[in-house]
Amino acid sequence: MRLRYPDTIRIIRVPCTGKVDVLHILRAFEKGADGVYVVGCMEGDCRFERGNLRARKRVEQARAILDKIGVGGERVQMFNLSSGEGPRFAEYAVEMTDKIKKIGPNPIKLAKEKMAA
Amino acid sequence: MIVAEKKPIEEVIAMVKDFRKILIAGCNECVTVCEAGGKREVGILASALRMYFMQQGNKMEIDEVTLERQCDHEYLEEIRNTIDQYDAVLSLACGVGVQFMAEKYFNKPVYPGVNTCFMGVTEERGVWTERCQGCGQCILDRTGGICPISRCAKRLLNGPCGGSTKGKCEISNDLPCAWQLIIDRLKELGRLDEYERIAPVKDWSTERAGGPRKVVREDVRQ
Repeated sequence: MRLRYPDTIRIIRVPCTGKVDVLHILRAFEKGADGVYVVGCMEGDCRFERGNLRARKRVEQARAILDKIGVGGERVQMFNLSSGEGPRFAEYAVEMTDKIKKIGPNPIKLAKEKMAA
Repeated sequence: MIVAEKKPIEEVIAMVKDFRKILIAGCNECVTVCEAGGKREVGILASALRMYFMQQGNKMEIDEVTLERQCDHEYLEEIRNTIDQYDAVLSLACGVGVQFMAEKYFNKPVYPGVNTCFMGVTEERGVWTERCQGCGQCILDRTGGICPISRCAKRLLNGPCGGSTKGKCEISNDLPCAWQLIIDRLKELGRLDEYERIAPVKDWSTERAGGPRKVVREDVRQ
């Protein structure tokens, strides 16, 4: 398909979104990521039954924490698609990038730079 | 297990904000199972605190450790050689672990990271309910294995009371009437005659009413 999507996105492959933990999401922000999104299979279609539902819960948990510590929960989002939906994958990548660009850079990254200066 | 709940992060921040270097200490037992203070929660809290303080321009150092238990000397001893480098410890163990840590490391401020709630079970993931109040005189043999002390709002020994309606307690529609559960189970076991027996007044001196409690076993004591 050779679809294009923003080159700011770094893909981290996991065997199932059920593997994604709150801590993985938080660490990404600690390391300076401006946003994190989790792309799982369609709900009800998980090969491991509940992996993508668990991921959704964890995304919600991470959102709540990020809201409380001033980073902003809206920087994390869950998407669902089937493996045959390449164009939608690219659409989500664009959607998430646009959203994060509007929100602005990760305050942790800025704070780190300020502290180092 | 002992069931605990995470303290709101704002409360934790207020407790530790003035320190330069802290240790977050988790516990591998009950609080791990109830997802309040195990290794995973230690990691999440440490990461969240680091990010919060970084934004405040506070260079607080936060280290993590998860001990096998915080209610036994041998595991608490594991941090003896390293604890001096910290200004304070934030313990995610139950109240027992927090206190034992404070007793053992007398000159080190220790703060609780969870609210300890009760002794209970995991009904389903994310739902924990109370089963035992540690009254010191177990009567489960007479009540079909269902505890009226922990599960009846009035702790009745000869129930149910008039507040039991359609198997529910009057204090909440979500709460089953313990005595209805007891009767149903005794009926199932064919032991309803035990329900007819009037329970005598309970000796509450072995419960918390008798002051802090202690168990001494001379046969195993060293």
